[in-house]
Amino acid sequence: MAASFESDVVQIRLHGRGGQGTVTAAELLAVAAFEDGLYAQAFPSFGSERTGAPVEAYCRLGHREIRTREPVNRPHVLIIQDPTLLGVVKLFAGLRPEGYVLINTASPLDELGMGEDVALIARERVLTLPATDIALEYLKRPTPNSVLLGGFAAMTGLISLSGVEAAVHHRFRGAVAEANVAAVRVAYDHVHRHLSSEEYHRAVPT
Amino acid sequence: MLYQLEGSQAVARAVALCRPDVVCAYPISPQTHIIEALGALVKSDQLDAEFINADSEFSALSVSIGASAVGARAYTATASQGLLFMMEAVYNAAGLGLPIVMTLANRAIGAPINIWNDHSDAMSVRDSGWVQLFAETNQEAVDLHFLAFALAEELSVPVMVCVDGFILTHSIERVDLPEPEVVDALLPPFLPRQSLDPNDPVSIGAMVGPEAFTEVRYLAQVRLHQALDVIPRLGERHRSLLGRHAAQLIDGYELDDADVVVIAMGSVLGTIKDVVDDMRAEGHRIGALSITCFRPFPAAAVREALSRATRLVVVEKAFSIGYGGILSTDISLALRGLSTPIHEVIAGLGGRPVWADSLRGVFSDALAGTLVETTFLDLDRSLVDAELARMAATRRSGPPAENVLRDLADVGRSA
Repeated sequence: MAASFESDVVQIRLHGRGGQGTVTAAELLAVAAFEDGLYAQAFPSFGSERTGAPVEAYCRLGHREIRTREPVNRPHVLIIQDPTLLGVVKLFAGLRPEGYVLINTASPLDELGMGEDVALIARERVLTLPATDIALEYLKRPTPNSVLLGGFAAMTGLISLSGVEAAVHHRFRGAVAEANVAAVRVAYDHVHRHLSSEEYHRAVPT
Repeated sequence: MLYQLEGSQAVARAVALCRPDVVCAYPISPQTHIIEALGALVKSDQLDAEFINADSEFSALSVSIGASAVGARAYTATASQGLLFMMEAVYNAAGLGLPIVMTLANRAIGAPINIWNDHSDAMSVRDSGWVQLFAETNQEAVDLHFLAFALAEELSVPVMVCVDGFILTHSIERVDLPEPEVVDALLPPFLPRQSLDPNDPVSIGAMVGPEAFTEVRYLAQVRLHQALDVIPRLGERHRSLLGRHAAQLIDGYELDDADVVVIAMGSVLGTIKDVVDDMRAEGHRIGALSITCFRPFPAAAVREALSRATRLVVVEKAFSIGYGGILSTDISLALRGLSTPIHEVIAGLGGRPVWADSLRGVFSDALAGTLVETTFLDLDRSLVDAELARMAATRRSGPPAENVLRDLADVGRSA
């Protein structure tokens, strides 16, 4: 599945909690896009950072220079690093009807209690990924950020797996980098497999 | 070479390419990452400089003054209250004519305490005798540092590169960093006009009484005004050596047939240009003017660039409390004798996002001729009115900032 959007700049909003690497995820996303030859801009919401507090970060990707400096208020893609933010923060505010949502959770969508929020979005546009579980297995730490980018690459086709891997190598060294790359690949395959599954194709109207 | 970098990292690497002899600073948000990165470059022997972690901003600039006075290429960086704490030394650096370069990671000034971006800090020193350059993007922030050192040392004046705190310093975007030999070609070795040298003793910092103070000040004005000729010349050289658009005093965007021209400084120009493009696509004759060099103020260039416009909108991230827009006042002086209406729009104070939709509303009103003289963009009138009512109703109404925050929390709870 390659996401296609009307505008030439794709806007992504990331939601997490302080300590989960939300800002780093936005940075890695921008570096991955840069490695793929795209223009990219990433920046955090500049709050007072506290561990556990809700955090937002933004990323824009495009084929031309990105000039605007406003935060992302009408995202094409939402990456939700922490499902406990559902109901705490207005996660889906401004999400475009043609947008996509990637949620870090091991639970089925129905058990997340997204209520009315999810009703606004076509079911096939919401994907889940057990990114924290994957991170714990490969990184031995509950940091889902780079893992989710593997899922993002598979979900949207906006950036390549090799771009994400290159971004990981920019940020991390040695065994940590290798573990992150392995986790990213698992996440990529997980989402890829899901998108080619019969279950998914039944849900997608043709 | 192209990199995808945080603005602070890009600025630090640009400063390192300028080969400063002394880097002396005290950390303060949102400048900290710049100084941290420079410290790391010195520690890892990638930059051969004396890195001095001062005990305060006042010391940081005082040490820079001392370093510059003995002929060292000196660099510092600060923001907000840090700049205020430096204030006496800010005036001294300029008054002594010492070519120090400072990055100002623009941030609001308290009270109320606020760590976020606006231009209040830069405006607080606009009369001190420093050159003040404003960066629109991180690429421009990089390039302006090359220009800043060359300009400072040619004229023997201090130069401040203003970079929007957080919005630029903490944004990760594409930046082209030149090879060291290119920067070396842009920036010849520092030949000080004056220096403290035991082999050729002079004193710097005389007390000057009424008999000559005016003349020394007049000379400072002459020297700073020379920047208006030097910047375009250096810009031309940078353009040919860097192979890209280089800083000028001002930069017009879609000005040729524009009726309404929006004037601003710094990163907000990016959002403004996008709005200009959208409105042009709908047939509106609107353009933008970026003021890169704020001090000295390029009045003649501004007047020429705006000569065709029929209405001006000045978007500024600071204002003079008790009067109004600061840039607007400078623009109106530059246009003395012309009757072009000037509207001031105060925006982005204390880090409030400047939304494209809000700008578009203001620009549409300007095109329709219905824009008021002064707009505080996205002002929450109900919060203001509630506090005014409280003050009118009772003598002991309490601290206004706390009252407003309490009202805001109440609104949040009832929503």
